[in-house]
Amino acid sequence: MLEFLQQPWPWYTAGIIIGLTVPALLILGNKHFGISANLRHICAACFPAGVKFFQYDWKKELWNFFFVGGIIAGAFIASHWLANPNPVQIAPALATELQGYGLTDFSGMVPAELVSWESLFTLRGFILLVVGGFLVGFGTRYAGGCTSGHAIMGLSNLQWPSLIATCCFMAGGFLMANLILPFILQL
Amino acid sequence: MAQDNFNSTTVAETDFEVRSLDTMCVNESHLTHRWYHNLKYAAVGVLFGIAFVKAEIISWFRIQEMFRLQSFHMYGVIGTAVAVGALSVFLIKKFKVRTIYGENIEFHDKTFNKGQIYGGLLFGFGWAMTGACPGPLFATLGTGAMAISVTILSAIAGTWVYGYFRDRLPH
Repeated sequence: MLEFLQQPWPWYTAGIIIGLTVPALLILGNKHFGISANLRHICAACFPAGVKFFQYDWKKELWNFFFVGGIIAGAFIASHWLANPNPVQIAPALATELQGYGLTDFSGMVPAELVSWESLFTLRGFILLVVGGFLVGFGTRYAGGCTSGHAIMGLSNLQWPSLIATCCFMAGGFLMANLILPFILQL
Repeated sequence: MAQDNFNSTTVAETDFEVRSLDTMCVNESHLTHRWYHNLKYAAVGVLFGIAFVKAEIISWFRIQEMFRLQSFHMYGVIGTAVAVGALSVFLIKKFKVRTIYGENIEFHDKTFNKGQIYGGLLFGFGWAMTGACPGPLFATLGTGAMAISVTILSAIAGTWVYGYFRDRLPH
């Protein structure tokens, strides 16, 4: 059983579990699935600073902090006790491309050469982790949701604004990964 | 009720996002519960977090493969999740399924604004750069890659800056 759980899960297993999160949250308490809203609730709770956008009763959203806390705990459990003993398989074309930028450690979920404290003090690491993170926070709130709130919850409820948002997420990702990221990774 | 803090008279002119657009408590439970009732959401989160790691959705490499069309994996995950989610929502609506507390489950339509285009593109850039959307950012922290905490703080800063300037941004 443990051996079975340690293997990487196929896309359909994960897709079904993530899809079932939508009705689970609705049935447990009328909650709409959405993760980026937590970033706003953290602002509202910690640094409202008189900004109107952060003036609301964030305590009503406490459930979402519990949900995110569960995600962090689940990730801890999976990576400590259910970890795949074999290296992560990655597409050969991607491996070749990344090796050209000096990225050779494919053993983890994130490239160790990029996601590390030392990397933060390089121009490349700073742009990817700090500027990239800023764009995630700014962009998701500007769009009114992220992959969970728009692509999964919004599309499940057949909302066409969510379809537009999802297409823009993908378009932005394609542009960045194929046209801009190669220059950043060369730094 | 739900509209207490965001009633139409005070924020209507500037609240481009409106509550229904966001994932805020547009249809929060009208019942009040003790804090430990929230533990059930943590339990859902645990399962969700395990799936994130075990299916390598939090992998920076999987996201790069997705945006380079080098792998079907992420398309399969998101496609299956949407199909299961849509079927669930359809069944909930059709059979008027209630919450475990007996309340009606409510849905609200999202309204279009240009933020979904501009913000969507900006988030797409960030998604490809960090290799993570908000859920996987938190999950990556759980796997012990602590440097990602800087990315999370930066995302919180990005959200704050958006909140500060939102009246001056095109929507």
